[in-house]
Amino acid sequence: MLGLNKKDFTLLLIVVILTMLAPFILNPFPESSDLAQFNAGYPDLMQRFVIFGIFAIGFNILFGLTGYLSFGHAAFLGVGSYAAMWVFKLLGMNVLPALAISVLMSGVFAVLIGYISLRRSGIYFSILTLAFAMMSYALAYSVLATDMDGPGQQGLLQKGLTGGETGLQLTLQDPRILGTQTTETGNTPVPSLFGLEMRSSAEWAVGDWLFTFSVGYYFCAVIMLIAFYLSIRIFRSPFGMMLRAVKSNQQRMSYTGLNPKPYTLAAFVISGMYAGLAGGLMVAMDPLAGPERMFWTASGEVVLMTILGGAGTLIGPVLGAGVIKYMENIISKINSTILHEWFAFMPDGIEDAMVTMVYPFIGKGWHLTLGIMFMLVVIFLPGGLVEGGQRIARLFRRRKDKPSGGDPEHHPKPAPHVAE
Amino acid sequence: MGILEVKGVNKRFGGLQALGDVNLSVQENTVHAIIGPNGAGKSTLLNCLVGKLIPDTGSVMFDGNSVLGRTPHEINQMGISRVFQTPEIFGDLTVMENVMIPCFARRDGAYRMHAFETVANEATIVAEAEQILEDVNMQDKRDMHAASLSRGDKRRLEMAMCLVQQPKLLLLDEPTAGMARADTNNTIDLLKEINETRDITMCIIEHDMHVVFSLAERITVLAQGTPLVEDTPDNIKGHPKVQEAYLGQAH
Amino acid sequence: MEAIILQVLNGLDKGSAYALIALGLTLIFGTLGVVNFAHGALFMLGAFCAVTLSRILTLSREVIDETQKDFLGNPLKVEIPYVHDIFGETLGATIIDWSVPLAIIIAIPIMIAFGVAMERGLIKYFYKRPHADQILVTFGLAIVLQEIIKYFYGANPIPTPAPEAFIGSFDFGALIGMDPNVIIYPYWRLVYFAFAMIIITAVFAFLQFTTFGMVVRAGMADRETVGLLGINIDRRFTIMFGIAAAVAGLAGVMYTPIVAPNYHMGMDFLVLSFVVVVVGGMGSLPGAVLAGFLLGILESFASMGAVIDLIPGINQVIIYLVAIVILLIRPRGLMGRKGVMEE
Repeated sequence: MLGLNKKDFTLLLIVVILTMLAPFILNPFPESSDLAQFNAGYPDLMQRFVIFGIFAIGFNILFGLTGYLSFGHAAFLGVGSYAAMWVFKLLGMNVLPALAISVLMSGVFAVLIGYISLRRSGIYFSILTLAFAMMSYALAYSVLATDMDGPGQQGLLQKGLTGGETGLQLTLQDPRILGTQTTETGNTPVPSLFGLEMRSSAEWAVGDWLFTFSVGYYFCAVIMLIAFYLSIRIFRSPFGMMLRAVKSNQQRMSYTGLNPKPYTLAAFVISGMYAGLAGGLMVAMDPLAGPERMFWTASGEVVLMTILGGAGTLIGPVLGAGVIKYMENIISKINSTILHEWFAFMPDGIEDAMVTMVYPFIGKGWHLTLGIMFMLVVIFLPGGLVEGGQRIARLFRRRKDKPSGGDPEHHPKPAPHVAE
Repeated sequence: MGILEVKGVNKRFGGLQALGDVNLSVQENTVHAIIGPNGAGKSTLLNCLVGKLIPDTGSVMFDGNSVLGRTPHEINQMGISRVFQTPEIFGDLTVMENVMIPCFARRDGAYRMHAFETVANEATIVAEAEQILEDVNMQDKRDMHAASLSRGDKRRLEMAMCLVQQPKLLLLDEPTAGMARADTNNTIDLLKEINETRDITMCIIEHDMHVVFSLAERITVLAQGTPLVEDTPDNIKGHPKVQEAYLGQAH
Repeated sequence: MEAIILQVLNGLDKGSAYALIALGLTLIFGTLGVVNFAHGALFMLGAFCAVTLSRILTLSREVIDETQKDFLGNPLKVEIPYVHDIFGETLGATIIDWSVPLAIIIAIPIMIAFGVAMERGLIKYFYKRPHADQILVTFGLAIVLQEIIKYFYGANPIPTPAPEAFIGSFDFGALIGMDPNVIIYPYWRLVYFAFAMIIITAVFAFLQFTTFGMVVRAGMADRETVGLLGINIDRRFTIMFGIAAAVAGLAGVMYTPIVAPNYHMGMDFLVLSFVVVVVGGMGSLPGAVLAGFLLGILESFASMGAVIDLIPGINQVIIYLVAIVILLIRPRGLMGRKGVMEE
C-alpha cells in the first residue's frame, strides 16, 4: 500500500488514527476532575506536538541516518518562520504559498550552510553548524533588524527584515497584494486556508468532557502525516540505505564508487526543509516570528527530542517531540499545592517529605527531569524510548514463547535503529 | 601494454622517500603479486593507485586513462576495486544490504537521488545480490549484521562486495593477514576461482609466500620504495637480490 | 593608539575566561579524547562556589539594637554575621569583603572532587562510544547541573562584588605616560587577567616540569605505548580531568565580580569556548590559550563604535565568522596537530 510494506503501512495507519483522534486521546479526563490539568487536547499544544514532530522527523533524516550531529538546525526553523511571515505581509494570508516559500527558502539556506559545513565531519561539523546558527541568530536579532527604509520613512522595512527582539509582526499597513489589508472590523487578517481560518475551531461537549477540534491542528496534522510518510519512503529507499552507509563506513563507500558528499548534502537539505516547514507552520498558527527561535538552545531541543524518542527510528522523533512538549506544557504547570493534594492520603510527615522530594522535578524544574531522562536514555538506551518499548515487548514475547523453547528465528539481533 | 601502467612514480613524506621511481606493468587477466619487506612502500604504492595518495611525480595509467588527481570513487567507477587488510564493510548494515550497495553503485554511478524508490522493489538488484551471496556461500547469513560476522566471513563479504561490481582490476592488500591456515587455503581457492571464471586482473600485496607462490603469475619485489626485480615466481624464488632484500644486507 | 590599547585591555578579561575554559576543554580532549559539553557548567559551578561562600560568610544572627530606631520608630534589627563573632568585627568584615578570592580555597578541592567523580562515574563509560554520544551525554549533564543550580539559587543573576580594594577603576593611560582619563580600566579586570596568566602558567609548568606532567604529555601523544610501559595512565588522566574542572571552576570564581552569575552563564560561555578550542586547534594547549585571547580581543575591537558604524552587528558575529573561515581554510586550527579529529 502506498509503496510501503505491510509493517510500515500498519505503523503509518496507527499514526494516522492517533493524530486524527488526538483531541479525544489527549483529553481523557473530565473537565471537573483534578486530573483535567493533564489534558493536553487543546489546539495550541496539539499543534505544537505535530509541528515539533515535523521538525524532529526532519532532523532524524540527517542525524539518524547519516550520523552527522547538527547543532544549528533551529536556524532553518527561523528562516522558515521569517519567510512565511513575509509572504503573509506581502502576498496574503493563505497558508499554502507561505509554507511553500518557507520550505523553499530554508532549502536554499540549507544548501549554503550544508555545502560549507559538510566539508568537515564529527565535532567540527557540529561546531560549524552551531556557529552558523548563532550567526543567523545574531543577524536576525540585530543586524537585519535595523531600519532599512531610510530616514523618516515609515515603510515595510522600518524594523528591518526580522523586526529584531520583538519579532516580525503583521501590521495594517502591509500590502498583501493578493489578499485583504484589513478585515471589516479593522483588524489584521488571520492565516487561513482558502478562507478557512486556522484559529477557528469547533467544540463538542460530551457529559463532563469537552473536546476541541481546531482547523489549525488538523491542517498541521495532515502536513505532519505527509512528512512522516515521506520520511518512511526515504528510510526504505536506496537513498536511505546510502545514508546509512555514510554513517557506517565512508571509506568503504568511496571505494565502492559512491560519492558520500552529495548524499550527505541532500540529507542535510531535506532535513533543513523539514525544519523550514515546521517554522512556516508555527507562523501559520500564530503569525509572529522572533529571533529566539534560532537560538542554539532551540537547536538543542530538537536534538533532545530525536535522541529521547530514538534516533534512526521512524516513530521515535515524533514520540520524543510529544514527550518533551507535553512535559514543557503540562508537567511545568504542577505546583506544590497540587502535589500536596496528591499525597494528601498519606500521613502529614510523609506527605511533606514526598512533596519535598518530588517538587524539584516538576513545575519549573521540568528541565531537570528532562535532563535526567535524556542522560539515562543516552547511557542505557541508545535507541531511545522506541528501543525501550521494543525491549519491553521482547520481554513479554519471550515469556509467552517460553513453553515452545527458544526459537532463534523469533529473536533476531536488535535492529540497528532502522526499523519501527 | 598492461591494463595498469605505473611509470616513474615518486612519493616523499617529509624527508622519507616512500616510493622512488617505481615502474610497474600489470598484464590483463593475470595475478600480479607485489612483495617486499616491511616498509618497502607496498601500501603507499597501493594508495597511489586508488587515489588516496597522489604521487609527487610519475604517471599511473589504468586501461589507457590516467588515474592521477581522481577521487577514490571515480577510480572505483573506472573499474578498480580494493580489498583492505582489515575488512572494510558497512558494519551497521545487514549482509544483504552490504552487497546491494555496490550493485546500486554499478547501476547508478557515484550519486543518484533515488529517494522515492523502495529497496525491496529493485528486483534485478536483489536477484544480483542474492546470486553473489550464493557464490560466496553466505546466503544463510543474509539478514545478519555485517559487524557480527566472523573475521573470515567479513573477508568473504568484502570480496563479494568487490566482485559484484565486476571490476577490471582487483587490488588485494594482504587478504590472508591474521588468518588460520585452513582459512588461508580457502581464500587461495576462492581467488583462483575468481581469476579463472571472471576474467578479473588481480594485484595482490602479500607477506605469506605460500599465498604468493600459489597464486601469482608475475611477482614484483619492492625494497625501500624501489622495485628490485620483476619476474615469474620460479625465477623469483632463487633470486639472490630478493634474498638479500628479505634477509638484510650482509655485514 | 589609545583606542587600540583600550580595546586590547577590554578584550583581555573575556579572553582570559575563554582561554581558561578552552584550556580545560583541551586538557580533557587531549588526555581522554572526550568532547565535554558540560565544561561550561563546571565554570558555572565555580562561580556558584563563590556565591555559596559569600552566603555562608554572611549567615547572621539577628540582634535588636535598642539604641537605634528604624523609620517606623521600632527598635532596629541589626544582623550580625557569625563571622564577626568568631573573628572579631574588623577581621570578620575583611573576610566577608574578600569572599570572592577566598572562594578559590574552597573551589579547588570541590571542583577537583567533582571532576574526578564525574570522570569515574560517567565519562569513563563513554571512551569507546562515538563522539556524538559523548557530546550528548555531557550536554545532558550540563542541563542537569544548571537546573540543580537554578533550583537552589533561582533564575536571577546574583551580584557578587569584588573586595572593596579592587572596586573602581584606574587610569591606565596615565600609568604608561599618555594623557590622563583616556584609558580607564577597572581594577578587577586587571586582577582577573593576572590571575588567568598565573593559572595558565601553572598548568603549563605542571605539564612541563613534573614527572606527572611528562607522563600525561606522553600519554596525550601516544596512549597505548605509555600504557605498555606499565604506567597507570588512566589514573593520571582522571586527575587531569579533576585539574581541568578546577581550572574552569577557578575561572568561574573570579569571574563573578565581572558578570553576576546566573545558572545559564556556563552554556553562554561554552558555545564560545568550543569555537575557541576549534580555532586554536583541537588538542593543542597553547592553541587554546592563544585563540582565547585573540578572539576575546577581536570581539572587543568589533564592538568599537567606528567598526559597528562600518559593518553593523559585526560584534555579534565576528567570532563565528572567524571560526568558520579558519575551519574551512585550516581545518586543524591555528596550532593543531594534523589528523586530530579531522575525520
